[in-house]
Amino acid sequence: MINKYRWYEFVLIYAGLALFLTFILAPFITAFTVSLRPMQSLFSIPYRFLSDNMTFEAYWEMWSSVPLLARYMINSIFISSAITICGLLAIVPAAYAFARFEFSGRTGLLAGFLAVNMVSGAVLIIPLYKVMQQLGVLNTYFAMIVPGTAFVIPTGIWLLRSYLMKIPRELEEAAWVDGAGKLYTMIRVILPIALPGIMVVAIATFIAAYAQQFIFALTFNSVNEFNPLPVGLFQFFGRQTVVWNELMAASLVGILPVLLLYVFLQRYIVAGLTAGAVKE
Amino acid sequence: MAFNTRKTDYFPYLLLIPATVVTLIVVAWPLVETIRLSFTDASLRPVENYVGFANYEKMFSRRFPEVIARTFYWMALSVIFKIVVGTLGAVLLNAAIPGKTLMRVLVMPPWIIPIPIGVFIWGWMYNGQFGMISGIGQSIGLLEGPFEFLAFKSSAFFSTIVTDVWIGTPLVTVYLLAAMQAISPDLHEAAWVDGASRFYRFRRITLPLIMPAIATMSLLSAIWTFNSFDIIWILTEGGPRNATTTMIIDTYKTAISRFKYGEGAARAVMIVIFLSLFSTFYFLMISRLSKKDKEV
Repeated sequence: MINKYRWYEFVLIYAGLALFLTFILAPFITAFTVSLRPMQSLFSIPYRFLSDNMTFEAYWEMWSSVPLLARYMINSIFISSAITICGLLAIVPAAYAFARFEFSGRTGLLAGFLAVNMVSGAVLIIPLYKVMQQLGVLNTYFAMIVPGTAFVIPTGIWLLRSYLMKIPRELEEAAWVDGAGKLYTMIRVILPIALPGIMVVAIATFIAAYAQQFIFALTFNSVNEFNPLPVGLFQFFGRQTVVWNELMAASLVGILPVLLLYVFLQRYIVAGLTAGAVKE
Repeated sequence: MAFNTRKTDYFPYLLLIPATVVTLIVVAWPLVETIRLSFTDASLRPVENYVGFANYEKMFSRRFPEVIARTFYWMALSVIFKIVVGTLGAVLLNAAIPGKTLMRVLVMPPWIIPIPIGVFIWGWMYNGQFGMISGIGQSIGLLEGPFEFLAFKSSAFFSTIVTDVWIGTPLVTVYLLAAMQAISPDLHEAAWVDGASRFYRFRRITLPLIMPAIATMSLLSAIWTFNSFDIIWILTEGGPRNATTTMIIDTYKTAISRFKYGEGAARAVMIVIFLSLFSTFYFLMISRLSKKDKEV
């Protein structure tokens, strides 16, 4: 058989994979063990991965030592949800336009949107900061949601466009022959069929929005109550001696929502991320 | 096609309005405005004067070339490691062995989670007193005492790279894995029938066929790495003594921490120039690759 491996090939492959996955996963595993160890036992020579008195205490303590922790988490989810909804309102019609219509400037516009992916937020921050200062919208959720939306649009358009292109054109043509207008056809014929694709894009957008909320929140918001989790934790633990076990506990709880989404939907997420690698 | 019988069809343009408006306001206008600001002495004061190329002259007289060189060095090392580790990972995960599905799932978390949170974990690992790396180093005798990885110039430089590689590798891995799985099994079978060894098949079939994906990913990865902000800002804020100050960090420090908008904008313009070079190169490569595809 072509895929049969000799025993030493098996050993080599598994050894290589063990090494590779250790690099990827070791931080998570050790962060978890640290979150279970009391602070005073963390400082020990020789280094130990575990201690005798492991407890889940840090997971209780962190709520009182970081008073706004729950608020940060809710903010994170709120900001990401708002970005996802605003993003979809822009993504869905745009993706449909790129998937179905021939119009002049089409290729240029699509390339223009994709080029946004190559710009970092840091480059745009100065004018955005100035204009938000003038409009008086610094330190609001708005200041974090709008810039975040612009950065989820390109990937969203790209993903949804390839999904829509797979829907047969005959559907629209049939609706058109029956006298339906274009807007009606889009809303009543195509979007219901495209719902699974739109859901996948929504989830990918949510994960991206959850992951990207650092620089805009750090710069445009200084009201602690509005901070998303990453900035909240960064500023809280930047101000005083780091209580490592609680920081690790809070971090792990903070990544739980996206990890859960990923575990259930990883097939779609990976397919979305790798869309460019495989030619259609 | 039935849809486009009318002369000028405004419908697709209408559909594009929301996406275009957001992109113009948040991305396009600030880009233009940054260029304008780079020729002014804008700061917290409400008045701003045009100062010509003064910001650029000042910038280049102050070790800015060093920052550019450091940025490229940081980016090059990080991208090379990401591509090498990612390719090796993809090759291993492509092997038909028990447990491969589970292992493929386990690769992604560093990329999925918010970058800052991954970086907090690395911040702990690099800590001298409590951290794992220093602790293990002492246990096995590599280090004589607690070693604060982020406190010294070269160790901080490489520590930020390792964290960046950790975050970037998963995407490279799954991207190349998808490219490998798109290769028709017939090719491998034909070569196998002819007696080609596994390594020979990898070198003569797999590698040439995933080369376009490797090239695309390297360039994309270079652009993202060039833009990397969170990792360095959280771990070192550009220190110690500027050892990890890349162009992005330098821009942020100048504009936001010191409120010198004009000088910061000049630095941002330099970043935009480099990014547009990369992007042009990227789009040229993509269009050449897709043309090649059609010829075959």
